[in-house]
Amino acid sequence: MVSAVFHTPLERATPVPLPPTGGKKAATPPAPAVEAVKTPGYDWRGLWQRVIPPVLGLALLVGIWALVSLTSKGSIPSPVDTFKQALDVFSDPFYRKGPNDQGVGWNVLMSLERVALGFGLAAIVGIPAGFMIGRFTFLSRMFNPLISLLRPVSPLAWLPIGLLVFKGANPAAIWTIFICSIWPMIINTAVGVQRVPQDYMNVARVLQLSEWKIVTKILFPAVLPYMLTGVRLAVGTAWLVIVAAEMLTGGVGIGFWVWDEWNNLNVKNIIIAIFVIGIVGLVLEFALIKLATAFTFEEVKN
Amino acid sequence: MNESLSTKYIEVQGVEQTFKTAKGSFPALRDINLTVAKGEFVALIGHSGCGKSTLLNLIAGLTTPTNGTLLCANREIAGPGPERAVVFQNHSLLPWLTCYENVYLAVERVFGAGSKSTGAAAENKAQLKARTEAALALVGLTPAAQKRPGEISGGMKQRVGIARALSMEPQVLLMDEPFGALDALTRAKLQDELLEIVARTKSTVVMVTHDVDEAVLLSDKIVMMTNGPAATIGEVLAVDLPRPRKRVELAEDPRYINCRKAVIDFLYTRQAHVEKAA
Repeated sequence: MVSAVFHTPLERATPVPLPPTGGKKAATPPAPAVEAVKTPGYDWRGLWQRVIPPVLGLALLVGIWALVSLTSKGSIPSPVDTFKQALDVFSDPFYRKGPNDQGVGWNVLMSLERVALGFGLAAIVGIPAGFMIGRFTFLSRMFNPLISLLRPVSPLAWLPIGLLVFKGANPAAIWTIFICSIWPMIINTAVGVQRVPQDYMNVARVLQLSEWKIVTKILFPAVLPYMLTGVRLAVGTAWLVIVAAEMLTGGVGIGFWVWDEWNNLNVKNIIIAIFVIGIVGLVLEFALIKLATAFTFEEVKN
Repeated sequence: MNESLSTKYIEVQGVEQTFKTAKGSFPALRDINLTVAKGEFVALIGHSGCGKSTLLNLIAGLTTPTNGTLLCANREIAGPGPERAVVFQNHSLLPWLTCYENVYLAVERVFGAGSKSTGAAAENKAQLKARTEAALALVGLTPAAQKRPGEISGGMKQRVGIARALSMEPQVLLMDEPFGALDALTRAKLQDELLEIVARTKSTVVMVTHDVDEAVLLSDKIVMMTNGPAATIGEVLAVDLPRPRKRVELAEDPRYINCRKAVIDFLYTRQAHVEKAA
């Protein structure tokens, strides 16, 4: 039994992982593969099945990028040049040389600050609004047409209104984030409230709990998973929109940085910015998923 | 005065319940007349879909009847309330609260500062805590008090549900197939516990069940319902067995066997035909 467990991965590991990695363009993977096969006792095969596909995917991206760079005769910078430039950019992310020339760190932080402000305000307004709309049918019928009408509107369409009302680029950008992140929070919270199992509400009715107790002991915990889904969608959208909003408003921020580097025709920095935006978005998403699973009780579905 | 109260504690008079559905109105119950005395254990039995749970929900006040009146202690049942505690079919514990907190929520509501129904002075935290612990001890769940419902077995969850209902010291205990989802052994154990608890607390109980043995073992009166739609009470059987009842001894008791036979006869001989005719 034990020997069978040890033998199968060894026998299968040799033919399976080597040909695809050795045969394709990536030069680095084969070396660790040999090591993996020689050390039994650890689930190397499982590790490889998890590691190889993402590495291949990334290699494919870099490969296509390199190909495009070659055929475009340098107007798109090559991966190697971009990487060198990235090392340079990240060696000093927090420099300040005037209002329009600041390090990438400052740009990311400024964008995150706008997202946090706009999103925070949207949460303060949207979550209680969602609770009310979910709890009272009258309010739901009153606001559902409005939400259906306004939700499909691109948040950037609200930017001019923001500029007009707040008379400043920064508050207008925050206003845009507010608008785009409020809908998922209202809708998900309301849906969550409407989907609170009738059994729990019956418990509340039999106990004649006060409205405050109903909200804190039953509605809020039952709605929390839905609400956190709304928060995750909202943050995701906000991070998408902030780049576009900042391109239009200027100032300091990752979106503005992209536009500024375009004006400087510094394509390497634009590609670096794309990666930075992607990684920050990934981290935000991951953190919020972790948060949501911590507050989801399996029995809610029962 | 007291005598009349004790014979008619819960009164159901000419109750009719019709549900509005997409296909039109659906008559669930018609012409229900039933009285439950104080301290009496009544079982509602019938085939599924006969409206037993509907009747229980009416007594609980969770739904209002289309026609007729329901009285509890000579007052009309206007809505649900803690004096008529419900043990739900699927336990309905709040999964984010521990067993202790689930029971405490009920205890706090009935005996704590927020209570308005009882005239008595609000109890302090220590008293509320003692009540909660006593209720959990009653169903033998003291060791699991700090666990969440997701971490305990189905039988234990149902016991917490019973503890929650009992902790409120209700005048009436309404149970909707409380042991329906449990395996036979756990069910038997909880039935014995329930017998013991009811004997001790002298509660008035209305219990919905589809288990003939459960009905005969536990109740003083078995209300047998005809098949739906428009179900009504077909027959009421008084279970004249002395208490305390022991399931092993009862198994050979001719009175037990007769009761059981009467219920089975009603359910499978007479009501089986009605179902075909309808």
